[in-house]
Parts: sequence; structure tokens; C-alpha cells
Amino acid sequence: MKKNAKNRMTGAQIAIETLIEQGVTELFGYPGGTVLDLYDALYRSRGRIRHILTAHEQGAAHAADGYARATGKVGVVLATSGPGATNLVTGLATAMLDSVPVVAITGNVPTYLIGKDAFQEINITGITLPITKHNYFVQDVRELADTIREAFQIAKSGRPGPVLIDIPKDIQIATCPFTPQPVVSAFPQPKLSDAQIDQVVDLLSKAQRPYLYIGGGAARCELGAQLMALSEKLDGYIGCSLMGLSEIPHSFDRFLGMEGMHGAYASTMANLQADLILGVGVRFSDRATGDPAKFCKDAVIIQLDADQSEINKNVKVTLGLVGDLRDAVDRILSRVAQQSHPAWNKTVEALQEEQRRLAQQQPSVPAGMDPRDLFAVINRLKDDETLIATDVGQHQMWTAQNIQLARPRSFLSSGGLGTMGFGLGAAIGGAVGTGKRVILLTGDGSFGMNLNELATAVSCQLPIVIILFNNSALGMVRQLQTFFFGRRYAGTNLQRETDFVKLAQAFGADGARVSDIAAFESALKNALKQKTPYLIEVQIDRDACVLPMLPKSGLMEDMITELDGEDTK
Amino acid sequence: MRSVIAVYVENKYGVLTRVAGLFMRKGFNIDSLTVGETEDPEYSRMTITLNGDNYAREQLINQLKKLHNVKEVKLLESAQNVERELLLVKVPNQPATRSEIMAAADVYRGKIIDYSTDAMIIEVTGEPLKIQAFIDVLKPIGIIEMCRTGIVSLERGATVLHESEAE
Repeated sequence: MKKNAKNRMTGAQIAIETLIEQGVTELFGYPGGTVLDLYDALYRSRGRIRHILTAHEQGAAHAADGYARATGKVGVVLATSGPGATNLVTGLATAMLDSVPVVAITGNVPTYLIGKDAFQEINITGITLPITKHNYFVQDVRELADTIREAFQIAKSGRPGPVLIDIPKDIQIATCPFTPQPVVSAFPQPKLSDAQIDQVVDLLSKAQRPYLYIGGGAARCELGAQLMALSEKLDGYIGCSLMGLSEIPHSFDRFLGMEGMHGAYASTMANLQADLILGVGVRFSDRATGDPAKFCKDAVIIQLDADQSEINKNVKVTLGLVGDLRDAVDRILSRVAQQSHPAWNKTVEALQEEQRRLAQQQPSVPAGMDPRDLFAVINRLKDDETLIATDVGQHQMWTAQNIQLARPRSFLSSGGLGTMGFGLGAAIGGAVGTGKRVILLTGDGSFGMNLNELATAVSCQLPIVIILFNNSALGMVRQLQTFFFGRRYAGTNLQRETDFVKLAQAFGADGARVSDIAAFESALKNALKQKTPYLIEVQIDRDACVLPMLPKSGLMEDMITELDGEDTK
Repeated sequence: MRSVIAVYVENKYGVLTRVAGLFMRKGFNIDSLTVGETEDPEYSRMTITLNGDNYAREQLINQLKKLHNVKEVKLLESAQNVERELLLVKVPNQPATRSEIMAAADVYRGKIIDYSTDAMIIEVTGEPLKIQAFIDVLKPIGIIEMCRTGIVSLERGATVLHESEAE
């Protein structure tokens, strides 16, 4: 052991040994000139750490992100310098906006060539400065191991996020002694004081119409059970942001679903009518609040978050507290007395009733299948262990509105950045990380962006079921043109002739095209038996819209619930 | 509204870019930023003058605290701190205006640090208001070019921004 501790290793070996030391068992990447040494070290470490080769670095970054979302571990991605590094940008920005712990390692040209515009040289630390929680340019091999350790610590501490480490080629070749260290733990989070907890409990006890609004922060801390218990005690209700989905099981009767621009009617309206909103790990984003100046201005708003800069950032709150969310919620739960608010129950029941009425009254889709009917089938056939991944667009919102999720960390979707093309990479990461089946819901627009990763899904033999909503349109943007641009469909009606089933087959996967609900059901049954990727292309009507939606006024109160509202002029 | 914020940062690769980049991407309006080494060469101290409302000030402080290389951030209240700025200003050296310039420099306790046949450079230090007043005096006479350092500031008394970890 003592002898090992003095082992000299190359920087590349140190990098891989430090990843293994930090508990990394899988990483995603794509090789190139400046990471040859790192790949050589990976080769020599095969059996201890698994490298998953993707088709494109962007796919690798989304896979690392999906891996982290699904497992709670830090996702790792490796890319070469220059274009390899720049291809990570969208993936890192996606992880940044959704606070996902990812460590990205890039190679770079040797330090003596830095600044010379050498082949495949790019200043990736400069490029990724605003889209990483922190980044490093390693200048000394003796600092490499500790830099990687610190990167893991930063990525997973407090509000998580991506960290990039740029390692020049000569640093990978240089040698120094290496001593393994234990896995780094997250920086301790400050605990709220008793006085602060008392303040929260006092406000909660005075509320007549309490509403818990939870987001990605609550999901990351896995607070579902505590928050459900708190809603029982308060006799209140829970709604969530897109990032909070899957933390509360859909079957919980006080859970009203996602609120906001395309949120559930009952959840959004309950939020607006509440006299107290307890926000847990949410940033009150514009997609969730509409016009922030007018959002719930008469209600008491309490905001609990891990990040001080989120307090009062988007919405002015009554009380904003920063610290360890799990500890805070546990203590609030133990202090608050049982409440009873029959009038509030009645109000919310009426909202739920109205939501059902609106759903029935929504016009039936003129041609093709109604997306909502598809979800009835998906919910019936999938088991609770299955992960759900989405791309971005109408299909994403239909999924958020209709999918029934039973387990935390079972929903992988790009919220903050809204990255079309996120889904397939994320599904791959989720499947690799959990070993479970993933259903990817995507659209013809999003899928077209990164469908090359079908190659990865096939080579890794991953059980991913791709349900592709094909409406021959960029539906979400087209829908905005329907409502707000006089149906002038600029750039959103696709004239493509892509045969997605043949495409899947060309990649070595299989698939089916369906045009009625019975065929969809049998195709999905078949797909759920496969151990390899399977694509189901579903024809959707071009004019199907995501409702409700936020009107021009930006006021949640004026939410559009019908296709032919006033805004369609 | 003007706020003076002192920032104690690790003297590491790219730290100035990290801080400066924050202003751009969060849309802060910065009047000045000064940076220099501290008593501990491992750390630098920045003094940022922000022009903005309470919201901007709170956001800037919270965003700065999130940067990994930033160790301390403190809002300096003007009653409890001293502020200084240094000005170098180049003016024409002509018989008609020379004595007026030199008289003004004298009143503002300026020093003439370069005296050439056609121009001279005056150095003035002081609080930003004094610097501005001196510039206003010189403007009608004509300023060839000038350079201000921005504010540096320390709290009065023995309080420190960052306790040294060594002692």
C-alpha cells in the first residue's frame, strides 16, 4: 500500500484513476487527437470503468446529463479539443439551466501551443464560463487529481451544476506521484436557524389556502415523502414545475400536477387562489408564473432554496430562506400542527372538476390520433420502473400533462434551456445508469436534431422505446403562430419525406408506423418486450394544440383553455 | 444609486474574466472595477462600483458569492469606509491657460508629474466627487486625454474583509 502511494503515473492515468476513485463506473465520450492519452488510460483500465462511445459529443453530454438525472450520481463526459469541446456546449448549458451535476473533461493542445491557434485549439474554458458552475484549465500535473476531486465536489454541492476541466496534452503526458483519496462529499449546507423555522411555521399556521410549489431542488433532495406529509398536515395541495415532475407520485390525491404556461388548470388556478405559497427548490421561472410582477401579489410567498441568488430573483417573496432543504422541510414538518381547511378543499375540488370539464370539451382532433388517447395507453402498459424521457416541444408538454409517474428521478426532460435534441442522449444516459427501460417521447422536429445517437442505442443494446409524434411540423412554434401570428406558418410546416421506420432499421433498430389507437397499443406492447431500441412513429394531426396555454397578457388568470379563444385573431 | 462592493478573490486563472463576465451576462451596470494584489499574494481584492437599485445590488452580491474563486463579498457603506480614486489628466501647456491650470491643480492638491513644451500631466487623488469636480474645472480649458483608476476602498478601523487563515 505504501509502495503504491508513491506510484508515479502520467496525467492521463491520474485523470482516469481519480474518476474511478470518485466512484465513476461509466462515462460517455468521443475520442480525438488531444485525448489519445486519456483514451489509452481508459483502455488500460477497462473492466474498472466503462466508456460509452456516442455518435457526437452533444449526444455524449446529454447522456451524461440524463445519467445524472436518473441516478443522482455525477455524470461524466469526455471530449477532445476544438470541435469536440464546442460540441459539448449545448449539453453543458442544458445541465446548467436544470442544475444537473456533470463533470466534463476536455483535452487541449499542449501548453506551449496555447494561444497559437494550433490545430483544434479552442479556449473552451472561456466559451463555457457562463454555462458551467465552475471550470478549470489545468497547468500542472501535480494539481490534476485535486482539481478533478474539487470539480466533483462543486458539481454535486448545494445547487448542482456542470463543471469542466480542460487538460492540455502535455499535462496528460507529464508524470507525478498519485495517492488515491476517498470519494469527496458535498460541501455542507448551512442549516436554517430555529427562529427561521419558527417564522415559516407561523406563516404556515396562519394560512387558510396553503399551496406547496416544488421544483428541481425538491426533486434533487428527494423530498417527496416529506412534502406529501406536509401537505396532509397543512390540509393543502402540491403543484410543481416541469423540473419537479416525478418527485410526487401522480396517484397522491393532493398532487395537482405541473402548473404554469402549459400546466394543469387545477394546479395553476390553485396556485393563483392560494393565500400562501411555499416554494421549495423552485426559481419561479417565467414559464411557471407568467408576468412575475402580477404573480400572486396578495399571497404570502415563502421560498426555500439552496441558492441565495434565487431568492427574490424572479418573484418578490415574503420570506426567502437559504440552506439545507431536507433539514428545513423535516423540521417544518415536525413543528407544524394539523390544519383543516374545508373551504379550500371545496375550492380545489371545484377547480379539478372544471379541469375535467375542459378536458372533455377540448375539440376532438380532426385527423390522426389525439395525443391524450396515446397517453392513456402508455400509462396503462408501462410499469412504474420505466423511465420517461422527452425532447422539447408539444410532445414534451403533452407528456408533462398526461404521463403518470410513480417514482422519483423517472422523468428526464430539458426544462430551463428547452433543448430540442436532448431526449435520445438523455434516454441513453438514463438506460445506462439505471439498467431500466426508457420510453422516449419525441417529435419529428426534435428527433431530427440528434437521431444519430440511434447508433449508440443500438451498439449498447439499450431497451429504449422511442415514441415519435409525427405531425410534419414544428408543432410548438407553429401553435404560437396559430394563436398569435394569424396562422402565418413561417418555417414550421415540414416538407420532409423521412421514413422513420426505415431510418430505425438502417441504424440496426426496428420500428413500426401506426395510424390508429389499436395499432399503437399492439405496437407498444411489442416494443415493451424488446431488449433493444424500438421506434414507434405515430401520425399526429398538425393542428393539434397544447392547451391550456398562456395568453399574450402573460397573466395566468387569462389562461387559454380552448382552441378558438380571442387570441386566435 | 451607487454602491461600493469589496470582493476578495483567489488569485487564479481567469478570475477577472469570471467576475467581469458576470456583469455582462446578468446585465449589471458597472461604473468601475479595480483589482490588485492584497497583503496575501494568493489573493486579490476587487472594488466594484455598481450603478443600480437595491435589486441589482442584492443580485450582484449573491451572484458574486456563487463564484468558486470568490472568498468574501462585502457591501461597503459610505459612512464606514474611506474611498480614493486616482486621476491622470493631460492638458495643453499654453501661456494663456498655464497659470489657471496650475492654480486649480494647487487647490485640488494635484501634482504636475509631466511638464512638456506642449502639454502637462496632472495627478490628483481623492474621493470620486473631488475628482469629478477637478475634471469639471479643466473641461472648459481643454482636456487632451485622461485616465481614472476607479475607486479603491477600505473600511475604517481594524475590521478586515477576509481573516487570514494562517494565523
